[in-house]
Amino acid sequence: MRRPVAVRVVGPVQWIFIPALIALAATILLATPVELFGLNLPEPVIPMVLAFAWALIRPSIVAPVVLTALGLFLDVFWYGPLGLWPLALLAIYAVVLGSRSFLIGQETAVLFVWYAACCGLAFLIAWLVTSFLASNPPSILALLGQVAPTLLLFPFADRMVERFEDGDVRFR
Amino acid sequence: MAFRDGPFENLKVPLVWTAAVAVVVCAVGAILLLLSDQRAPASPYSGARSGVETVAGPVGGVLSAPVRWFGQISDGIGGYFFAVSENRRLKRQLAELEPWRDQAIALKNINARYEAMLGIRPEPPVPMVTARSVSDSRGPFSNARLLDVGSARGVKVGNPAINEHGLVGRIVGTSGGVSRMLLLTDVASRTPVLVDRTDARAILTGDGSGNPRLEFVRGVDSVQPGDRILTSGDGGAFPRGLPIGVAARGVDGSWRVKLFSDRGAIDYVRILMFEDFGQLVDPEALNAPPLAALGTLSDATPEQAAAVEDAAARRAAAAEAALERAAAAAAASPPAATPAPAPSTGGAE
Repeated sequence: MRRPVAVRVVGPVQWIFIPALIALAATILLATPVELFGLNLPEPVIPMVLAFAWALIRPSIVAPVVLTALGLFLDVFWYGPLGLWPLALLAIYAVVLGSRSFLIGQETAVLFVWYAACCGLAFLIAWLVTSFLASNPPSILALLGQVAPTLLLFPFADRMVERFEDGDVRFR
Repeated sequence: MAFRDGPFENLKVPLVWTAAVAVVVCAVGAILLLLSDQRAPASPYSGARSGVETVAGPVGGVLSAPVRWFGQISDGIGGYFFAVSENRRLKRQLAELEPWRDQAIALKNINARYEAMLGIRPEPPVPMVTARSVSDSRGPFSNARLLDVGSARGVKVGNPAINEHGLVGRIVGTSGGVSRMLLLTDVASRTPVLVDRTDARAILTGDGSGNPRLEFVRGVDSVQPGDRILTSGDGGAFPRGLPIGVAARGVDGSWRVKLFSDRGAIDYVRILMFEDFGQLVDPEALNAPPLAALGTLSDATPEQAAAVEDAAARRAAAAEAALERAAAAAAASPPAATPAPAPSTGGAE
């Protein structure tokens, strides 16, 4: 008699909604007006981590919708034009989704290069859209000041991929 | 017939495709939002923005409270240990500023007399309300802050905001207890300014960096490094003369402004209840036809009437005397020169 195999099910709550809420809370926390020795808190675009990791973990209909909601929150919270960050985040998700078969199982260094490239694409889209809407290109130095802390968040994306990629045996 | 019993029973759509369709639908929605939203108060989504800011304001206030307490504690400790050196510095500064104070009082007095003599109507004092910054966005794409006062305290869209050093930004959105302040460094910020030394006009344009650009500078060599930049008041959005910063050359060769407001933390700001020039006078008076106010003048007193008649008589007498002088001068002058006849001889006279 065969013993029943325990199927571990990881639902959207675990790998989508809880990380999304954490990203939202961290964004609000980092917007606290703190100034020490003339320096402010960094302001990375935390949902970019989720856009990269979610597409690698598993294709989903919920993930793009939640990414759009997160992007809209960033637009309202940071007083940007509505639609700017949803477009940038969806660009990351689309690129990673398209290259998913290539990326799965790759080394961490390869994933980081891909993450950096995707973040660069998203920031380029945001820069172009802002330049067009404001008729005034944002400063490149200020842009690098936001790109750098966003790239430093890659370990969180890597950790999410490691934790959830094979979490649900039905998707192996 | 159940769906699974129909012809689609064995239809299986790859999960990647459905996810891709979701991405495309969401991206199209985002593009439509981008095309329809202009971040302006008249935007159809301003209500949604106000709603989120109404919730985010108190949350930011709670998060920033420990920061404020820590700052007060560190200030207290620093003040205790550095009280002597601070006292010496303040005494020295006071001695330096006292002559300036006397000079300012004298200039204010002279200025008031000039204004009275010339009949200039000075701008009335602008009421202010103090606000605390509770949330901050600093990226290259937006530089804005949430303030903990809103329309309930009379704050309106367009009000300028200053801190103890200079102009910080202006209000771009309000709700009951929260308002959104757009900083001078925001990529959408445009501020009409003047160079204090030359009175040259320019537009201060934010680009997300700490030092906004000076664009459309009028005049040749009208800006030098170190020139003070003030609001010009052109357009009526800001009162004239609010200090902004000093001019400096950027690494890209463009003129930039080092903001005075960066000399300290922008934790507390004062919002000027200044809207535009229209608030300085009665709008109906501005729209009245020319000289319409003459009809509202009271009758002249006998002294005024006598003075007016006397002035008119003097003017008439002066004009008559001038005419007589001109006639006498014309009579005394030789007749108009006629062409001299051609000399018939050698001309020895």
